[in-house]
Amino acid sequence: MPFLDDMKVGLRRELGTFTFTAENIKTFAREFDPQPFHLDEEAGRNSIFGGLAASGWHVASVCMKLIVAEGVRARQAAEARGEEFGTGGPSPGFRDLRWLKPVLAGDTLTYSSEVVSSRATASRPGWGIVESKNVAVNQRGEEVYSFLGIVFLPQRSGGN
Amino acid sequence: MTLTFEDFQPGHFGSFGPRLITRDEIIAYAKEYDPQPMHLDEEAARASMLKGLAGSGWHMCSLMMRMIYDGFLHKTASLGSPGVTEMKWLMPFRPDDELTLDVEVLEARASQSRPMMGLVTFRCSTRNAKGQTVSDMTVPIMIGRRATAEQV
Repeated sequence: MPFLDDMKVGLRRELGTFTFTAENIKTFAREFDPQPFHLDEEAGRNSIFGGLAASGWHVASVCMKLIVAEGVRARQAAEARGEEFGTGGPSPGFRDLRWLKPVLAGDTLTYSSEVVSSRATASRPGWGIVESKNVAVNQRGEEVYSFLGIVFLPQRSGGN
Repeated sequence: MTLTFEDFQPGHFGSFGPRLITRDEIIAYAKEYDPQPMHLDEEAARASMLKGLAGSGWHMCSLMMRMIYDGFLHKTASLGSPGVTEMKWLMPFRPDDELTLDVEVLEARASQSRPMMGLVTFRCSTRNAKGQTVSDMTVPIMIGRRATAEQV
């Protein structure tokens, strides 16, 4: 995570892509969400999803994977320039998570993140809170997933 | 017997668990989906704001899904969920925690557009053995109605 000062409203970051396969859909589902439409092609076809569908929590977990990877790349780039890079605090949670369309075996999602609000916190001097809308779009350009994530970030100035 | 929309009335629905959380599963999830030092490495975690190895918040979401499934969704005419209204990560969860899932029905609303189902909004929270609330999620789930479920 960078500093609060870097996270201007409207700043957009491309997070990367991920292809959901029958194999990785079932592996996740067996551990966390063994509903028949996440485990079995036939059950998936007969469900309202119309095919073997990824668990919504699989789609969400992959988003986190890409967010972390993007953070690592951004930190390395900053450090290569000799710049400091802020380390965020634990997130208090998220809001408005939407599974808008089924994610089926063979779908490739492209994830991105856009800052929707950024402000200093009165209760924690030197810190601020940033809300980002994270979105995944499938290979047909349809938005399939979104949520509003919340993170605490330090201010570059240390709030002075 | 399959639980249908009619079986979910506002109020306390049930408590499920406890579910023991292992160090291995915390690290395995983190390696795959959230490889930040405080979820992977004891020493780095001690130096972090979490003050010790703690599971990813998204691992908590996934674990709650599994506890919801094991608790009642496996025998419910579930049609999936449109999303999550709000999730609060209130406390870290750690290796050897025993988590209990508490489930409350906030609202049960029949669908106007799809008469074969209704939308049940649940508040699901987890608490550890000390009784501290660890996570708190508000989530609607689409559930088939009795007449429809019996035809299947």
